[in-house]
Amino acid sequence: MRRNPLSPEALDAADRAIINALQEGFPLSHHPFAEAGASLGLSEEVLIERVGRLRELGVITRFGPFFDAEAMGGAFCLCAMAVPRERFDEVVTLVNAHHEVAHNYERSHHLNMWFVLACEKSSGIAEVADNIERETGLAVLRFPKLKEFFIGFRVAA
Amino acid sequence: MTIDATDRRLIAATQGGLPLTPEPYSEVANWLSLTENEVLSRLSAMLEKGVIRRIALAPNHYALGMTANGMSVWNVDDQVAETLGAEVGNLGFVSHCYLRPRALPEWPYNLFAMVHGATREEVEVKRAKIAILLGPSCRGSDILYSTRILKKTGLRLKDPGA
Repeated sequence: MRRNPLSPEALDAADRAIINALQEGFPLSHHPFAEAGASLGLSEEVLIERVGRLRELGVITRFGPFFDAEAMGGAFCLCAMAVPRERFDEVVTLVNAHHEVAHNYERSHHLNMWFVLACEKSSGIAEVADNIERETGLAVLRFPKLKEFFIGFRVAA
Repeated sequence: MTIDATDRRLIAATQGGLPLTPEPYSEVANWLSLTENEVLSRLSAMLEKGVIRRIALAPNHYALGMTANGMSVWNVDDQVAETLGAEVGNLGFVSHCYLRPRALPEWPYNLFAMVHGATREEVEVKRAKIAILLGPSCRGSDILYSTRILKKTGLRLKDPGA
């Protein structure tokens, strides 16, 4: 994924309007680009071309259905650990070795390692977290999602 | 929630993204030897059941110049946490917002909101706006900046037919 910012001139007002509008949703119909384009004042052809360009520029990380893995039977859990500085590299290796660890971030806090466990079944979460505790001798705090509030992120139009 | 083998094939085919053609669902139908109407009705049923949260675009915050990202965390009164959480999630600069259990005594925070900005100073200004919104219902907060990505893999569902 692209990590460096684009120059501000790379996107025009129509690009920004597309990014904001399509985060809210994309129609489920025979000609969804024509439909979405109509409310943006863009033709089907222009919208397709612009979305393609935004994708190429790395402005879009994903365009399509967002599946809820929990609804499909999968389970996720945000976990955190307080890892002593001198053991950090060793613990990263132990934690990342589990294929259930989907993302792992170092963060500026006493709890300095934050990762997401993704398992096929909810029982897998406790199993993997317990194994990590055993392997590292460190506590794995678990923060399962109780409720999600999603609206999205808007760019200045 | 029950999804069948065809739904799973549909998920596997579209989780990388929709094709950029005038009739993307018809194209997906061709890939899977289904009719376009079957693809539309299955996707619509999955949307209704919550298996699909939305069909949409996800922007790359980094490319948009939002290179400072902080996980702001808040200790909010349980009675109002759902209502206030929805309001925080509604703020344009918050990309994800979740209620999670506390881990006392070490972790008193139950509301997590990802805040994006061009700089940390900008993120702090936005964090202050959240604090104002929460008001006296919030008994403490913190913000955690990511300093390094240690692992990042996509979440992928395997096509059982593949």
